[in-house]
Amino acid sequence: MIDINASVMQFLLAFTVAGPLIGAVAALLPAPPGLKGKSPDQAVLRHGVIVTGTVLLAAIVLALGFDRDHPSKMQATTDITWIKALGVHIHLGIDGISLPLLLLTALLTFLCALYSYFKLPEGPSPKAFVALLLVLESGTLATFAVLDLMLFFLAFEMVLIPMYFLIARWGGAQRQAAAWKFILYTLLGSVVMLLGLLLIGLKSGTFDMVALATDNGRGLTHTTEVIAVLAIAIGLAIKTPMWPLHSWLPDAHTAAPTVGSVLLAGVMLKMGTYGFVRIVLPVAPDGMHTFAPYLAAFAVAGIIYGSLACLALVRPGAKGDLKRLIAYSSVGHMGFVLLGIASMTPTGVNGALFANIAHGLITGLLFFLVGALKDRYGTADLDTLAGTTGAALYGRAPRLGGLLAFAAVASLGLPGLAGFWGEMLTLFGAFDPAAGLSRPAFLTFMAIGAVGTLLTAAYMLQVVRRVCMGAYSTEAGTQSGTESGTGTTPPYIADIQGYEFAAWTPLAALTVLAGLWPAALLGLSDPAVQKLLAGGKA
Amino acid sequence: MSSLVQSVDWVAIAPPTIAAATALIVLVTDLFVREDRKPLLGAISVTGLVASLLALIPLYEEKRSTFCLTTDPAACSYTVDRFAFAIQLLVLAGALLTALLSLTPTAEKKLPAGEFWFLLLSSASGAALLPASRDLATLLVALEVASLPAFALVGLKRGDARSSEAALKFFLSSVTATAVMLLGISFVYAATGTLYLNRIADAQIDPQLDTLTQAGVVLTLVGFAFKTAAVPFHFWVPDTYVGAPLPIAAYLSVVGKAVGFSGLILVTVMAFPAYADVWGPAIAVLAALTMTVGNVAALRQQATRAHSAVRLLAWSSVAQAGYLLVPIAAAAYTTDDEVGATVAYALMYAVVNLGAFAVAALVSRANPDNRISDYRGLYASRPLAALAMAFFLLCLAGLPPGIIGLFAKVTVFQAAVDARLGWLAVVMAVNVVIALYYYLQWTATLFRAPEGEPVKHRAPTAITATIALAAAVAVVLSGVPELVLHYAAVTLF
Repeated sequence: MIDINASVMQFLLAFTVAGPLIGAVAALLPAPPGLKGKSPDQAVLRHGVIVTGTVLLAAIVLALGFDRDHPSKMQATTDITWIKALGVHIHLGIDGISLPLLLLTALLTFLCALYSYFKLPEGPSPKAFVALLLVLESGTLATFAVLDLMLFFLAFEMVLIPMYFLIARWGGAQRQAAAWKFILYTLLGSVVMLLGLLLIGLKSGTFDMVALATDNGRGLTHTTEVIAVLAIAIGLAIKTPMWPLHSWLPDAHTAAPTVGSVLLAGVMLKMGTYGFVRIVLPVAPDGMHTFAPYLAAFAVAGIIYGSLACLALVRPGAKGDLKRLIAYSSVGHMGFVLLGIASMTPTGVNGALFANIAHGLITGLLFFLVGALKDRYGTADLDTLAGTTGAALYGRAPRLGGLLAFAAVASLGLPGLAGFWGEMLTLFGAFDPAAGLSRPAFLTFMAIGAVGTLLTAAYMLQVVRRVCMGAYSTEAGTQSGTESGTGTTPPYIADIQGYEFAAWTPLAALTVLAGLWPAALLGLSDPAVQKLLAGGKA
Repeated sequence: MSSLVQSVDWVAIAPPTIAAATALIVLVTDLFVREDRKPLLGAISVTGLVASLLALIPLYEEKRSTFCLTTDPAACSYTVDRFAFAIQLLVLAGALLTALLSLTPTAEKKLPAGEFWFLLLSSASGAALLPASRDLATLLVALEVASLPAFALVGLKRGDARSSEAALKFFLSSVTATAVMLLGISFVYAATGTLYLNRIADAQIDPQLDTLTQAGVVLTLVGFAFKTAAVPFHFWVPDTYVGAPLPIAAYLSVVGKAVGFSGLILVTVMAFPAYADVWGPAIAVLAALTMTVGNVAALRQQATRAHSAVRLLAWSSVAQAGYLLVPIAAAAYTTDDEVGATVAYALMYAVVNLGAFAVAALVSRANPDNRISDYRGLYASRPLAALAMAFFLLCLAGLPPGIIGLFAKVTVFQAAVDARLGWLAVVMAVNVVIALYYYLQWTATLFRAPEGEPVKHRAPTAITATIALAAAVAVVLSGVPELVLHYAAVTLF
């Protein structure tokens, strides 16, 4: 760590949250002279890259200045009274749980902005696109940085509207219906969540998450906790998404533009699981205790369901959409995260947080890759891509094929890559759940979850086989792109371009890094998790 | 023997007095102004309303009483305190926005200028008098001064059968409610022997007259419940709003309601605290019914039906009245200060609802039928108006970015929870969810691709100014919700 003045840290955190919002407003204004660029479109896209880049830089400096010897302590805190009548504070701060998520968000948004600079999704003006992207970033970063229940709700809601428009305006087929479903589902969920948050806030007399976590639910009756947890968990579970509340996700992912999918899977889903760890576990442990077995059951059901859905989509002739497949695989992966949280042990929760980050990196990369495939082929339909023998990306676009295979095996949890540790730790957590939770039940869940990893391997390898392998004749590949020839010879496929390389390398590198050196992340999250689970007793 | 002449604190009574004086000036000026100079009347009225708003400034955080009995300085007919200040601000600012909204229709001779401005100002002065009234007679006079011009305003669209029908419907039902209320007041007077609110509260009532007093209390509440458009006294609302000129519908939905619930607060909390066990449950049930009926009816509005936009706003205003009643019911179970949540909510509601009506007025210039489907693609033709409308609707729904709407709802929830009215909080939560659906659907309509080429109409400056003013206030309040929410945390009286 480098020693950074406390008020500079404060400013940096406030800037990471508010910066994108100011950037969004600036994006809507006409470019000042000297920054006009080649065209207004280019100028505003460059503006997006600059703002997200600055925010990423601020987040990195924040991480460097973060006191890694005390990751359980809230750092860079700001606490200002906002609404005295309700006791709502503008309370910001980061600890070892939120810092990695903050970095992930800043990184993914920057990569998305960079990617869009070179490849804008088809749709209306890029001005609105950049503004929405920045609002989305601000909302997500705020979710991970705020320490007040009301602000958490505001931040949680703030991402909905930009995401709605990203899907509805820049999306693919069926986008209106998918966007409407997305917003209705998540809004209903968050209204229910708001009621739970209010119940906790009004009954315990404070909305401050740090104070509430220290109380560890002591100020609340058991009934209050149970009702509050039920309400909050429904809202968070929709966002996560937990089976059977997941049905908005595949549609939203299929219709969303590449950048939307990356952010949706990469960071927005994490807001749900983060809420579980940050609010439900420490604030209402009794209530969570009541629901933990059910949550775990739903989680493993999600793991199996997601995998089976993917297996069905990957079959030849199933007309499976690759984006939809990865969306379903997200349902499975988030199942592991929820299982880890439901175990209520430090191991499980650490695993869940690790799996969060890993999923953000790997699935973000996968959605980028599939988006690139869709751009090249004009479809993400697996049958069309694969033809009779397979798409043969290894031969036709070796780097693209290689990276896709890399992301796929990372996703199935190959040891040595990021996906492995999260799944293993969550299963470990379920092997020995917190005192008072039924061990046999959790052992069963663990066993089912382990079967899920096998199923995941099965469909991911199928994807690799059908997309990367296949018959390939050298003559067809070297021909120019204009002549697509007969139906059996697919068009020329460009390999990874420079900008794609720039956007994807960080994700791939971090996947390897997190796989080989998990202690970097676990060292941050573990003390914070221990403290959250122990509450004021620690 | 002491003098019977009461002293008058002119500063305290300035706001309603200025409005009333301007009304008379307009009435007289109308006789001497040439037909083509009639817009002058509008300017005078707006100036008058601004002046009465300015007259409020010295009253901020003041407590002044006037028209007190010379024998008992505690028994006063007119008191300015935080409550009166907040409601007068609401009423006069609401009237000002209505006036701005009406500048264009009166200038275009869609409404007769002289009568219109006189009636509007009279009604506003009555509405401003009401929250400061501290005896039942003044209260009734204020209520009638606010209401009687409103009947005429509703029927002012000459040659429009629907307008006349709406006025008649409004008039007949309102007069019935007033008659019932008068009966109630006379019962209360008979039992207590006084009209001053604070004396009624302290009165020793003969136990034999207890039933009479209870009946009096309930009957008095009916009159105000009618003005608030609480279910089951709400049936006049949709037809009246649709038939009335649009600015008047906006006026009724905000100022008319403010008159109703501030009267309700005064009689319940100030005059009848001893009967909290009678009116508390009654208002709680009324609140639950009102929000449920309003929301369900709003949900059932078809977007393509004629006047569906105003109808939806009408039903949504019924539903919002339900939320306004919740803290009053809560006050029966805890302290009087709970009603601060009503005041805070009403201030928020007034701003955003007037804003929504202003956008409706803008849209209805191009689409006189004012269907919700006419709002489709508004973003393409008028991006700023569409954004403002979306903001107003989200405030009404209580969703971010309409932060002020959200927190105003939270204070109302808090009141219900504090009063241990858990069931009412649950009913309200369900209603908030129902309301989300139709507000969101309308919001989404604004941003959908327009059907066909959008027709460009020039937006009149006055309407644009109204929208901009309402939007600016709503945005500022969203940034600094404390400005209105502090009423929920202080002693009002």
